[in-house]
Amino acid sequence: MIKVEKLKKSFGQHEVLKDINVVIQPQEVVVVIGPSGSGKSTFLRCINQLETITDGHIFVEGKDVADKKTNINEVRTEVGMVFQHFHLFPHMTVLDNIMLAPLKVRKSSVQSSKEKGLQLLQKVGLEDKANAYPSSLSGGQKQRVAIARALAMEPKIMLFDEPTSALDPEMVGEVLEVMKQLAKEGMTMIVVTHEMGFAREVGDRVIFMDGGVIVEENEPKQLFENPQHNRTKSFLSKVL
Amino acid sequence: MDFRFDIIVEYAPLFLKGTLLTIGLSLVGTVIGTILGLFIGLGNMMKNKWLAFPFKVYITFFRGTPLLVQILIIHFGVVTFFVDGTNAILAGIMALSLNAAAYISEIFRAGIQSIDKGQMEAARSLGMNHVQAMRYVILPQAFKRMIPPLGNEFIVLLKDSSLISIVAAPELMYYVGLAKGQYYRVWEPYLTAAVIYLVLTVTLTYFLNRLERRLTTE
Repeated sequence: MIKVEKLKKSFGQHEVLKDINVVIQPQEVVVVIGPSGSGKSTFLRCINQLETITDGHIFVEGKDVADKKTNINEVRTEVGMVFQHFHLFPHMTVLDNIMLAPLKVRKSSVQSSKEKGLQLLQKVGLEDKANAYPSSLSGGQKQRVAIARALAMEPKIMLFDEPTSALDPEMVGEVLEVMKQLAKEGMTMIVVTHEMGFAREVGDRVIFMDGGVIVEENEPKQLFENPQHNRTKSFLSKVL
Repeated sequence: MDFRFDIIVEYAPLFLKGTLLTIGLSLVGTVIGTILGLFIGLGNMMKNKWLAFPFKVYITFFRGTPLLVQILIIHFGVVTFFVDGTNAILAGIMALSLNAAAYISEIFRAGIQSIDKGQMEAARSLGMNHVQAMRYVILPQAFKRMIPPLGNEFIVLLKDSSLISIVAAPELMYYVGLAKGQYYRVWEPYLTAAVIYLVLTVTLTYFLNRLERRLTTE
């Protein structure tokens, strides 16, 4: 579903991703962990080309996102993304936030976009907030709306970039709950997070990144209980 | 010193006529300047340096030369390509619009750049192209922030429209000049002009402040 080959990314002189190779299967939930500055967010942002890659290839459903001939907007409709800071559109109601992309990109009718939007709001438990503006929502509610907004495009893959890092602790649970539900429904997900509990419980595979490379990847149980590399061990000893 | 109110009374209908044209010129100048300013601002922000270059030249020229010089060039030069002889009102509208566009393009640039980068990323991540993201996500937010500086530009334009009297467009300062010429009196016409401009700008400032307050409480 996603195939990353020899991915390199530099910002000026600074090489953030050195040589990333990974394959993500359909319906797989991959959790990426690692210290700040390890390149995990950049890796995620390369997949939907929010960052242009310096070298290598990323194939999303067989399409090379780095290839200039690839219509990146088309690829992005298949790849939903959820950001750390939500990035809801503040000048629109919750429902309008969710309906915008289906209306303008998919050219869906107002009727069907609205139905879909309300259905998604119900799914994330916020049907009563359809006509509220983002500024009146709590962090957890904003992030659930952001998830619904991404899902409205019916993507095949969902990318989560530290979705709970900007939340008050008591709101982390409600967002993780929605993500667990998605995983259960068979969504292919790549999740960059510091929530080790989520990684262990929901992840099919955990990737540990440091210094722009994948240090180690394994099933969560194996990685957490029996890390092979010293770097992984010392990281886990600090966060667990 | 005696102050001859009778001159003001005699010229009042002409001053009123001129004031209406002054308001009209500034209004049209702001509207056309805003539309042009949007495109020049977007052009100026293009990543390709060669494509952005003409827009930078435009902004540099219109911000770097006096409006008075621009009015004269447009009136005696540019306009003569389009009409037989000259047309002072057309020249006035053109000069004010083109000049305002340069300043307003910078207001657009500041407004657009003040919107968090994440907004553009979120829009693009949903599959919108650059134009759609600008139109539905960035510009509506930027425009709200641009209203105060745009209002400011309108006030500047209102005052600067007085320069058009140099090419005999019949706006307020033109009739003020006539009054001065007829009676060889300085205080009556010029003080009246000052008061009229002041009333216009103070009224405008009042409404702009109200608008701004309403937007911030939303």
